[in-house]
Amino acid sequence: MSYLLIPVVAFYLTSSACYGAYLFMQQDRLQRAGFTLVIVGFALHTMIVASKALYSGVIPVRNLHETLLFAAWIFAAVFLASKTHSRLKILGVFAAPLIALITAAAFMVPDTSVEIESALTSLWLIAHVMLIFTGMASLTLAAGTGLLFLIQKRNIKGKKHRFFFKRLPSLEMLDSTGYTFVVIGFTALTVGLITGFVYAHMVWGRFWSWDPKEVWSAITWLIYAALLHERLVSRWRGSRAAVLAIIGFAAMLFTFLGVNFLLEGHHDEFTRW
Amino acid sequence: MTNSRDGNAAGNETGMTPKQDALPEIFVIGINHVSAPVDLREQLAFSTDQSEAALAALKKSDTIQEILIISTCNRVEFLLTALCRESAVKTVTEALSKAKGTPARLFEPALYVHSGDKAVRHVFRVTSSLDSMIVGEPQILGQIKDAYRLAVDNKATGVMLNRLLHKAFSTAKRVRSETGIGDRAVSISHAAVELAKKIFGQLDGKTVLLIGAGEMAELAVEHLHRNRASGSLLVANRTFEAAVRLAHRFSGSAFRFEEIGKTLIHADIIISSTGSREYVIDQGLVRPIMRARRNRPLFFIDIAVPRDIDPEINRMDNAYVYDIDDLHGVINENISTRKDESVKAERIIDEAVIRFGHWRESLDAVPTIKEIRGKLANIAEAELEKTLQSMGHLSREDIASLGKMIDSIVNKSLHDPMIFLKNPGSHRDKSLYIDIARKIFNLEDE
Repeated sequence: MSYLLIPVVAFYLTSSACYGAYLFMQQDRLQRAGFTLVIVGFALHTMIVASKALYSGVIPVRNLHETLLFAAWIFAAVFLASKTHSRLKILGVFAAPLIALITAAAFMVPDTSVEIESALTSLWLIAHVMLIFTGMASLTLAAGTGLLFLIQKRNIKGKKHRFFFKRLPSLEMLDSTGYTFVVIGFTALTVGLITGFVYAHMVWGRFWSWDPKEVWSAITWLIYAALLHERLVSRWRGSRAAVLAIIGFAAMLFTFLGVNFLLEGHHDEFTRW
Repeated sequence: MTNSRDGNAAGNETGMTPKQDALPEIFVIGINHVSAPVDLREQLAFSTDQSEAALAALKKSDTIQEILIISTCNRVEFLLTALCRESAVKTVTEALSKAKGTPARLFEPALYVHSGDKAVRHVFRVTSSLDSMIVGEPQILGQIKDAYRLAVDNKATGVMLNRLLHKAFSTAKRVRSETGIGDRAVSISHAAVELAKKIFGQLDGKTVLLIGAGEMAELAVEHLHRNRASGSLLVANRTFEAAVRLAHRFSGSAFRFEEIGKTLIHADIIISSTGSREYVIDQGLVRPIMRARRNRPLFFIDIAVPRDIDPEINRMDNAYVYDIDDLHGVINENISTRKDESVKAERIIDEAVIRFGHWRESLDAVPTIKEIRGKLANIAEAELEKTLQSMGHLSREDIASLGKMIDSIVNKSLHDPMIFLKNPGSHRDKSLYIDIARKIFNLEDE
């Protein structure tokens, strides 16, 4: 089935190229072309994910290939959804390549056949996976805008108005967009973790088992909780919020991949290959 | 006739004994942002009414012939023509001291006096905005036009200043259109607005705090207003009156200088252009305010020289400080082209000064008379030649005596006008009559 992925990757890559060209040439039609290409890629992508799910009857996260494919799909969905609310055109410049990269990674990883685990049909688990991935996608975009904020702040503070100064939006816009992504991501992450606990309780009879993945999830969650707390209580803005969003993203990335590859735990099977 | 007029003139003047046939000299007496601190400039500034009163008083003085008063935030200058430097300076100093109730010793050290070509150059440079605190700022031209209009309305100017000001306006126009000097000030405030947009996104509802009233600061405020920075405008100034006046113009509110700390809580964009020698805002003032502002960003635009805002504030989170050099640096003009523009502007001014000098010299009676005589002699000779062509029978002696006759007609008919032009009478403006004579005979200017 993976040959079907070639056009998807191709669309995402062409979209990335459009966004890249947009960054340099600043022509709006390039940015619109990039966005349209993501939509087309996403449509195909959806068909592949849907057919996998219907064929196997479970949520397609049974190995690394499927997990990456699914993660990329959710990421694309979140990106497209965010575009309806945010005028942040520059977002595609890093989101499109990231979607392309994850999809391409999925394409490279062999789709090893696995026996179907009945557990994957649980609604709690499906909700858990989808929410966590949505949260992750949103928080990735938050880290991206945070990075853009830091670049733009550096431009302004450093008084060197070169390449990025013109191309990046205002600090205020980056800050508020990043904040929105953190709120959405954190909410999805929190509910996703709760459904995970419920599922764990159903399967293993306990909510919490000091599994490395659980511990790292808690660490990630606490970082974002701290960010939001400071933002609401002492009005943390700007760089501190941006830096924390990036630290949170690093912790999240480690929780997602690092733990599976370096440590062991009961999430291993999803990234087996 | 002639004798009585001469006697009149000799008896007239005081001990200064200016040369009777000398033309009045142009003088600039004043203070500006370089020579005087801001508090002194503010103390000596003239309102329109005060200017009018001073013009009327100075016009009556024997020592001064033409007079114009320029008063802006950055300068108070008396532009005048007079025969004697010492008496002119004395008259102006006394008038200034009296009008402003300030003892002369307080401002005398800051006073500069330019005369002749130096004065002309100074006027051209000021009008072309080369002498401004922010080189190229556009408002000075309008301010000088207003000052000139006021002087004209009060009949305080004459041939010399009229000509000088008209040349100053056309030179300023030339400098503006042929060099990039004018764009610079505009681009500075444009750059400031662009920066504000990069920090705040939308400028709607952002509050602007203006510290110190200056030409450039007003330009920046206008620019911000045009970009819909529609929040309130706060104005703080050392002299509260000036703050009130400016606040009224932009329908904002005025504050005293001591209240700056408090106003910082509400302000988003701070434009500072005071003449203070020390920082007006330092870190100690901003740090406690950030908390009260809930870390909303603060953007300081420091267009004062020396600086008003401690540049260390730029290191604080959510605070951004740009001084005039930073803004210059941002407008991606490299230094060499900027220098080129200044060189070009100075060249245009040099040219104008030289041409004005030529005109002024031509106002002297002797060259004017020479030119008139030359013109008449040419006409007479040409006519004689034409006539002689059909009169072949005349002897050489006849022709010579005809030539003599024509010479003496020219000389005799010019005798009275010449005497008059050399000394039209002490109370009359000699330059005016010479100018009229030049116009009547259509002699070329410059």
